[in-house]
Amino acid sequence: MDTDLSSQDRKDLDKFIKFFALKTVQVIVQARLGEKICTRSSSSPTGSDWFNLAIKDIPEVTHEAKKALAGQLPAVGRSMCVEISLKTSEGDSMELEIWCLEMNEKCDKEIKVSYTVYNRLSLLLKSLLAITRVTPAYRLSRKQGHEYVILYRIYFGEVQLSGLGEGFQTVRVGTVGTPVGTITLSCAYRINLAFMSTRAGEDNGAVYPSVEDSQEVCTTSFSTSPPSQCVFTVTKAHFQTPPPVVTDTLKVPVMGLAFSHQLSSSRLSYQPAALGVGSADMGYPVLFAGGLNAAHPHQLIGPGKEGGVPPVPSQPAHGTQADQERMCTPLDGVHYSAATPSSSEDTETVSNSSEGKCGSPHDLLETIFIRKVGAFVNKPINQVTMANLDIPFAMFAPKNVELEDNDPMVNPPDSPETESPLQGSLHSEGSSGSSAGNTHDDFVMIDFKPAFSKDDILPMDLGTFYREFQNPPQLSSLSIDIGAQSMAEDLDSLPEKLAVHEKNVKEFDAFVETLQ
Amino acid sequence: MGGGCWGQSSPWACGCEGPYGCEVAEAGACGCWGLGARCVMRTPPHEALHPHSSTSSGPRSRAAAMNCRAEVLEVSVEGRQVEEAMLAVLHTVLLHRSTGKFHYKKEGTYSIGTVGTQDVDCDFIDFAYVRVSSEELDRALRKAVGEFKPPPCRPQDALRSSGSDGMGQISLEFYQKKKSRWPFSDECIPWELWTIKVNVVNLANEQERQICREKVGEKLCEKIINIVEVMNRHEYLPKMPTQSEVDNVFDTSLKDVQPYLYKISYQITDTLGTSVTTTMRRLIKDTLAL
Repeated sequence: MDTDLSSQDRKDLDKFIKFFALKTVQVIVQARLGEKICTRSSSSPTGSDWFNLAIKDIPEVTHEAKKALAGQLPAVGRSMCVEISLKTSEGDSMELEIWCLEMNEKCDKEIKVSYTVYNRLSLLLKSLLAITRVTPAYRLSRKQGHEYVILYRIYFGEVQLSGLGEGFQTVRVGTVGTPVGTITLSCAYRINLAFMSTRAGEDNGAVYPSVEDSQEVCTTSFSTSPPSQCVFTVTKAHFQTPPPVVTDTLKVPVMGLAFSHQLSSSRLSYQPAALGVGSADMGYPVLFAGGLNAAHPHQLIGPGKEGGVPPVPSQPAHGTQADQERMCTPLDGVHYSAATPSSSEDTETVSNSSEGKCGSPHDLLETIFIRKVGAFVNKPINQVTMANLDIPFAMFAPKNVELEDNDPMVNPPDSPETESPLQGSLHSEGSSGSSAGNTHDDFVMIDFKPAFSKDDILPMDLGTFYREFQNPPQLSSLSIDIGAQSMAEDLDSLPEKLAVHEKNVKEFDAFVETLQ
Repeated sequence: MGGGCWGQSSPWACGCEGPYGCEVAEAGACGCWGLGARCVMRTPPHEALHPHSSTSSGPRSRAAAMNCRAEVLEVSVEGRQVEEAMLAVLHTVLLHRSTGKFHYKKEGTYSIGTVGTQDVDCDFIDFAYVRVSSEELDRALRKAVGEFKPPPCRPQDALRSSGSDGMGQISLEFYQKKKSRWPFSDECIPWELWTIKVNVVNLANEQERQICREKVGEKLCEKIINIVEVMNRHEYLPKMPTQSEVDNVFDTSLKDVQPYLYKISYQITDTLGTSVTTTMRRLIKDTLAL
C-alpha cells in the first residue's frame, strides 16, 4: 500500500492528519468553553493557518492533545477521542459526549494528497465547527459556571462509550478518504441527562475523593476555560434564552441547578502562582473551587474591573451555600468573590470570605439603584438594595455599566423590569408545560395576566379603571368641617388639661433636669 | 356509462371509478378530484387536476434536468423566526462553500487566504450557528433574506381568516459561468441547488411561542446535520480554476472570503395552490365566517 504513495506524499499526509487531529481537539474544546468564538478572516495568507481556517490554538489544549497522541497518529484500532463531561459543584459528574477521530482500512488510492485530501480535511473542520454547536452539550456549556463546569479529556486508543448512558445518539460529522485509510469524525452524545446517583457507593460525607483519584482526575480532566479566555467569560451576560426552559428541554433534574449563571470556571490548574497552590498538589477541590470561584477571572482582569462580578442567580441553588461554606475551609488561601450566592444570608457568607480586591463585590452588593415600580402603583419610586432585587437584574447596577458595553447580550436596564414578570411566568409555564416530570421548587406558577386585563372577578378595562380611580374621595382627616369640630372640643377640654398639668409640675421639672 | 362521463366510458388510465362510476382514461381528467378510490392521482388532490405539477416541476426535478445536485429542506417557523432560520441555513451552507481569497502566483500556483468564523446566537429561536466572518457576506445574505421576509407574512395575513398558514421558499443556487461567444451572453450552469421551504405558522399566545422557540431550535439542529451530511458526500465540485477563469467559478467581489458563485431567489407559493377543491373550501369557509 505504501509503495503507491510517494514518500513526500506520505510525509505530507502524516502531517495533515496530525495537524487535523490537533485542530479537531481545539475546535471541540473551544466550542465547550462557554463563550462565543470569533476569529477574523484574512485575505492574505499567513502561512500558519492550517486548512485555511482561522482556529486559535490554546497552548494547554495542544499540549494535552500531543501528550495523549504521544507521537502516534490515528490508525485502525487507535482512535483519538475527546470526552466532554459535566461536573457539578456537588461532585456528580456525567459524560456528555465523546468525539472520535477514527481511521479505517478503506483506502482511496487515486486521491491527491496535497490538494484534495487537504481541502476535504478543511471542509471537515468546517463541518465540525457547525456540528459542535448543534449537540445538546453546547447549550449546557454556554451556561456553565458555579453550579457545574464542563471538562474535557483526551485519550487515544479504543473508544469508550459506556459512560454515555443508554440510548445515546451518534452524529457523523464526515469522512475523508486517503491513500492509507478513511478518516472518520463522529460524535456520540448522551440523550438522557438525568443524573445517575453517582454518589451511591461513594463516601457521602466527603466532598473530595481520595488523593489518588483526585490526582488522576486532575491530570487528565480539565475545565474548559483556560485562563487566557477568562476575561471574555466574565464579561458575558446570560445566554439569551431563559435558562429554565432549556433545562427542561434537556431534562436535567433539580439538584439546585440554576442555569442562570454565565461563567465558565477558571483553569486553576494552570495558575498555580495565583492560587498559591502547586499544580502537582491540586486535586479535586481546586476543580470545585474553580467551579465556584469567579475570583480567578477577576484576578486575571485586575483590580480595576471589579464590576465583573457575574449576576447572582435568580434561583438560589439549594446546596450552594452549604458548599460554599465547605469550600471555605480547605481553601482559605483562595480568593473568593461574591459570585455564587443569591439570598442575603449567602451574601454575608461570601462577604466574610472575600478579601482584598474582592471587597469590591461587597460594595457591589450594597449598591443602591433606583428601581421603577409599575405604573398605577400608588408608591413613590423606591430605592432598593441589590440583595432584595430579582438577582439577575442586579447586574445592571451602575458599577457594571463598563462591562455592559462589551457585552452584546446585555439588555438595557429598563427592559428587565418589564420582562421579569413575563419571564417568570414563562419559566413556570414553560417548565410545567414542556416537561412532565420536572419540578422546580424555585419556580412559582404565575398566571400570565397583564395588569388590568379582563378577568371574571373584576371585569374592568384600563379606561374604566383609570376613570374610576382618577378622582378619589378626599381624606376625612383633611376635610375642614371635621377639623373645625375637633378644634372646638379641644378648646373646651383645655382648662381641665391645664389643671392636671399644674398638679404634676414637680414631675415635669425633674424630667427637665434629667435632660440637662 | 354513468352520469358525467358523457359517453366516454372507455377505460381511463388512472383506473379511477370516480363519483361518476366510470373509469378514467386520461390522468387527471377523471373529474373525481383525486377522491376516487382507485385514482392513481389520489393524493394530493390538486395534483389530479395538474398532473404535470407533480414531481416534474419541483426543485429536484428541475435540478435533475439541469444535472445539478439539489437538496430540499423544510422548516415550519413563526413569522418572527423566518429571518433567523433562513440566515442560519444559508450561512451554514456558505460556510462550507467559501474559501479564502486566492492569490495567484507565477507558474499557475496560488495560495489561499484564511477564513474566520464566528458564533451567532438567535434572538427568537433557541439556536446558535457558525458563520463565516465576513461582514460583506452577512450583509448580502441579510439583504436577500430581508426581501424574502415580508411576502410570507402577506399570504399569512391573507390566509389568516381562513386559518391557513403562508408558505414560501428560498433557493440558494451555486453556479458556474460558461463564456459564450458573442452575441450570446454567458451561461450560468448550476451545480448545486439548496431549496428551503418555509411554512409560516400563526401562534396564539406566548406559551406557544416559547414552545415554538425550542422546537424550531431542535429542527434547525437537524437541518444543520442534514447539510453537513450532504457536504461530506464529497460530490461534484467545480475544478479549481486558473487565474483567468476564477471569476467563472468564485465570487471574487468580497474582500475577505471567496464563496462559490451563488444566487439567491425566492418564491411565495400558496400551499393551497390553485386547486378547485381548496378554492371551493375557502369560499365556503369565508362565506360561513361572515
